[in-house]
Amino acid sequence: MTHAIELQDLHKRFGQNEVLKGIDLTVDPGQVVCVIGPSGSGKSTLLRCVNLLEQPTKGKVYVQGVELTDRDVDIDAVRRHIGMVFQQFNLFPHMTALQNVMIAQQRVLKRSKTDAEVIARENLDKVGVSDKCDSLPGQLSGGQQQRVAIARALAMNPDLMLFDEPTSALDPELVGDVLTVMRKLAEEGMTMLVVTHEMGFARQVADRVVFMDGGVVVEDGVPAQVIGDPQHERTRTFLHRVLHPEE
Amino acid sequence: MADQPKTAEPARGGLSPRKRQQISRGIQYVVLVVALVAVALFADWGSLAQNFAKLDVARESLPELFTVALRNTIIYAVGGFVFSFVLGLLLALMRLSQVGPYRWIAIIYIEIFRGLPALLIFLMIVFMPLALSGFEVPGGTYGQGILGLGLIGAAYQAEVFRAGLQAVPKGQTEAARSLGMSATRAQITVVIPQAIRMVIPPTTNQFVALLKDSSLVFFLGVSGQYVELAKFGNDQASQHANATPILVAGITYLIVTIPLGYLASRLEGRKGRTR
Ligand SMILES: Nc1ncnc2c1ncn2[C@@H]1O[C@H](COP(=O)(O)OP(=O)(O)OP(=O)(O)O)[C@@H](O)[C@H]1O
Ligand SMILES: [Mg+2]
Repeated sequence: MTHAIELQDLHKRFGQNEVLKGIDLTVDPGQVVCVIGPSGSGKSTLLRCVNLLEQPTKGKVYVQGVELTDRDVDIDAVRRHIGMVFQQFNLFPHMTALQNVMIAQQRVLKRSKTDAEVIARENLDKVGVSDKCDSLPGQLSGGQQQRVAIARALAMNPDLMLFDEPTSALDPELVGDVLTVMRKLAEEGMTMLVVTHEMGFARQVADRVVFMDGGVVVEDGVPAQVIGDPQHERTRTFLHRVLHPEE
Repeated sequence: MADQPKTAEPARGGLSPRKRQQISRGIQYVVLVVALVAVALFADWGSLAQNFAKLDVARESLPELFTVALRNTIIYAVGGFVFSFVLGLLLALMRLSQVGPYRWIAIIYIEIFRGLPALLIFLMIVFMPLALSGFEVPGGTYGQGILGLGLIGAAYQAEVFRAGLQAVPKGQTEAARSLGMSATRAQITVVIPQAIRMVIPPTTNQFVALLKDSSLVFFLGVSGQYVELAKFGNDQASQHANATPILVAGITYLIVTIPLGYLASRLEGRKGRTR
């Protein structure tokens, strides 16, 4: 069976700063893997290497068995099948919610306007913002914007989805709406790699939790083990800080 | 301001700051009144009216002032604007290109055309047929005027666009690319439309500048149906040996430029609110 994602000895440096120091990681089809770790540990960089928003300095990235780090690969074609959701939503502010979800379908997948609109409405409905089709992003709450961003990615029929702290920029009362959508996706069997600080979500939804620190994977296992019974001191310290922030 | 301690201001000369402000304002009014009285007394109102505001001379310029002169000013300005808009966008994209030589060409162009006096560029266009063995700019006088204004305007417009393109957050390109758009596609669909929206106010100001610079086609030796406002005013003034047409031309410019200036600042304000 080919892995949905396979990272082999992945390195990434920015100038003198080596951010990823040899990551090996696999995600199988239908799995939900949550990546946790302190700020600056390289979680975003790792995720961005999976769809080559960052070019790794060394190592290999395979998605669905295709080596993305191969020079000859058509990266635009590969990215079509990898949905990405950003912390800052990154909706296109000059387009309505509906247009945001339609544009790449039309321009990239060459779907007709009618087809694109039908699919866009389905997906906006699925994430619960079908009443906001004609609103501009600036008129939506953060939670609504993030759900539109998820619908935008889903409308491309991705084989897997990458989430980079999708709820970190949201007011606490809006986090639940987005997590509900993500939980539903996981139940439908979507392959997901999720960077998050939401331990509740990781514990309930993830098949595996990966703890990163200082550019390496420190611990990788089922949530009950990594979150419930961490083997490494660094993991314990981190979890303690996240779960008891006021101490 | 609000947290300025009340006791910090020593009452110099026994006057409170408020009192001193009143006195200062009073002096300003006195100076203004004296100046106005002096102008009213010493100016030769009869001669001024005779030279700058002679109604029958103004009336005589009438249909042509709008049907020829203003019309041509607008043709030169709009033509030059479209030219500078397209070339300016191209130059801005080159200026931000990953490919070194594109960047250098754009930088050299922008530096040259912003560094030279506009008049010199118009004179070059006049002498171009000599240098380029008879090469004629297509479109005759209109073509020459539009070319001159467009070449100069493009250098400034390029910098306006560059600021706009750079102001579009990087996350926008990343979102577009992660949806499978190519770099070019992402620029066209996502980045450029946002950049253009952001630069509408400075671009309106560019258009006003271009409208005023259209008076430089004067130096192309235009005549007859091609004259624009400044040349028209000048011709009429010589013909009547009277300066009224120049005042009339000036007012006509202002009728167009002042509303555009207001429009630009309105748009600026609106942008501030929506972002
Ligand atoms: N484009 C870049 N250029 C230079 N340095 C970068 C760049 N992107 C990230 N870095 C550096 O890489 C390191 C890891 O960043 P990264 O964003 O991957 O961390 P993170 O684990 O996602 O942290 P956070 O939880 O704060 O999002 C940081 O030291 C950051 O400064
Ligand atoms: Mg991050």
